[in-house]
Amino acid sequence: MSDATSNSLHVKSNDSALAHVAYVLKSNPITMLAFSMFAVLIVAAVFGPSLVPYDPLTSNAANALQPPSLAHWFGTDNLGRDVFSRVVVATRLDLAISVAAVALSFAIGSVLGSIAGYWGGWIDAVLNRLFDTIMAFPLFVLAMGIVAALGNTVENIVYATAVINIPFYARLVRAEVNIRRESGFALAAKLSGNSDIRVLALHIFPNALPPMMVQVSLNLGWAILNAAGLSFIGLGVRPPTAEWGIMVAEGANFIVSGEWWLAFFPGFALMFAVFTFNLMGDGLRDIVDPRQRT
Amino acid sequence: MSGRLATVGYRIAHAIPVILGVVVVSFLLTRALPGDPAVYFAGPAADEASIAQIRTALGLDKSLPEQFFVYAGDVLSGDLGQSISTGQPVLSDLANRLPASLELTLTALLLSCAIAIPLGVLAATRPGTTVDHLCRVLVTAGVSLPTFFTGVVLIYVFYYLLGIAPSPLGRLDFIYIEPDHVTGFYLIDAAIAGDWETWIGAVKQLILPAITLALFTLAPLARMTRAAMLSALSSDYIRTARAAGLTENKVLFTYAFRNALLPVITTLGMVFSFTLGANVLVEKVFAWPGIGSYAVEALVVSDYAAVQGFVLAMALLFVALNLIIDIAYTLIDPRIGFETR
Repeated sequence: MSDATSNSLHVKSNDSALAHVAYVLKSNPITMLAFSMFAVLIVAAVFGPSLVPYDPLTSNAANALQPPSLAHWFGTDNLGRDVFSRVVVATRLDLAISVAAVALSFAIGSVLGSIAGYWGGWIDAVLNRLFDTIMAFPLFVLAMGIVAALGNTVENIVYATAVINIPFYARLVRAEVNIRRESGFALAAKLSGNSDIRVLALHIFPNALPPMMVQVSLNLGWAILNAAGLSFIGLGVRPPTAEWGIMVAEGANFIVSGEWWLAFFPGFALMFAVFTFNLMGDGLRDIVDPRQRT
Repeated sequence: MSGRLATVGYRIAHAIPVILGVVVVSFLLTRALPGDPAVYFAGPAADEASIAQIRTALGLDKSLPEQFFVYAGDVLSGDLGQSISTGQPVLSDLANRLPASLELTLTALLLSCAIAIPLGVLAATRPGTTVDHLCRVLVTAGVSLPTFFTGVVLIYVFYYLLGIAPSPLGRLDFIYIEPDHVTGFYLIDAAIAGDWETWIGAVKQLILPAITLALFTLAPLARMTRAAMLSALSSDYIRTARAAGLTENKVLFTYAFRNALLPVITTLGMVFSFTLGANVLVEKVFAWPGIGSYAVEALVVSDYAAVQGFVLAMALLFVALNLIIDIAYTLIDPRIGFETR
């Protein structure tokens, strides 16, 4: 049913799709807000290091633990480093980790899910068992185990976050591919001499992309939380690198003596990023599939 | 009834391949140690001969399938290896610390169910009102909150600013004496011993970490309750019940709520997965002596046997919980088990 509507949208040219997006954005200011928050994050990630007033790694012991002021908007940490600069600079690393992880799980999940959904049979059964097994672990705990086993590096944080997200994508793609395997347009493409892989990749898989985009957006927030959580317990990112999770961990030692700005601002940045992706995911869902609104 | 028993049996049988998969994955994780595990376990001062000796002792000279059967046998007999940092068997370490984690997790889940379910029901029965908006804000904010950050903020507000909460260091302030070990749950043990002073001390320590975890689990539960309640309220049987002139309370609680509870129970399983993960972070923030902080301490000193034992134990705990939820579901929902399979 959604094929019919999306196909007719494409036939009628992209204008109506754009108009639909514009209409949803106008009627839902929160989605608009989410997209502008996203723009802030992108600017911080791309231009952050050249925008900040201080070097995020230069320490200045004479100026340690200063509360927020005009010179240091977010105060300074125990080594006299400017918290504002560190929070802004960290955006790039945090976004890079989660984007890389989500891209990896998107790619692997798409391939595995398409195979399972299109050919079915024993390969489907085996892949399903595999995903069941991954989902049988508490996911954060599995990520901990993977990082502990592979070694304590940033790349392994990316791999671990990717592995625990693969089942979500694979299952989504599998379901979308499976219901269209025997549909008219797929059979017609097959009949006109396209190979299985070509039909799967160019005719069936693109139908799974809209729900996948929603999943990506919701997942990005979750991946950031996961990566920051791992570095909070001392995995992956090493000090003195600026990263939100590790900054909250370092700041937590000073919270009992009242120096709140060390942990608060990186934590707030983390919350801001996750909140943005969640809002965007909800907004995208409204654009892609208005029926799923809750 | 026999149909139901068959369904319960089927669910239990269904868990076996999952448990096998979990054991295989955790075996692969133990074998993926960076470098040669024999060199690692032999220590830095080992020579060729002692490394070879360790390799034989650990069974690393055998083929991978053989190693797997040895590993599976060890797991079956409860041998998860020796922790390097504590010098104790990993299993006994985990068993000692598990009650602390369970006490925290269960308190948090009870707390969040007690808030989320009424909130979801209220939001669904009064759409568009303040309660509904409050529910929506809480749901969106709740999933965005990093647990460790919430914990730090709560400590700042309630310990440093207001001075109400005790210092966030463990399960019991040092001025109290630990209650005698019966269940390992301080609240239950203190109540059994009749030591209410200690009980209040334990509650004071428990409340902040429990709130932190509860805030985290509140969102999916409230969201699911609201959605399930809305769909139940718009169904035909509710219309029929209203048309038959039943009181609003009867319609809401006997008909709508009982049906809405089913998807909520399913969500509870997923929430448990999140909670077991978030537990690690909350335990670190509050220096809570549970299995999560045990794993973090082990990670810092590269105590792999302890970390992998922890991962395996958490996975088995989670599989068991899901099984219990599945079976509870079968018992609650009369439709399951009667359908012809």
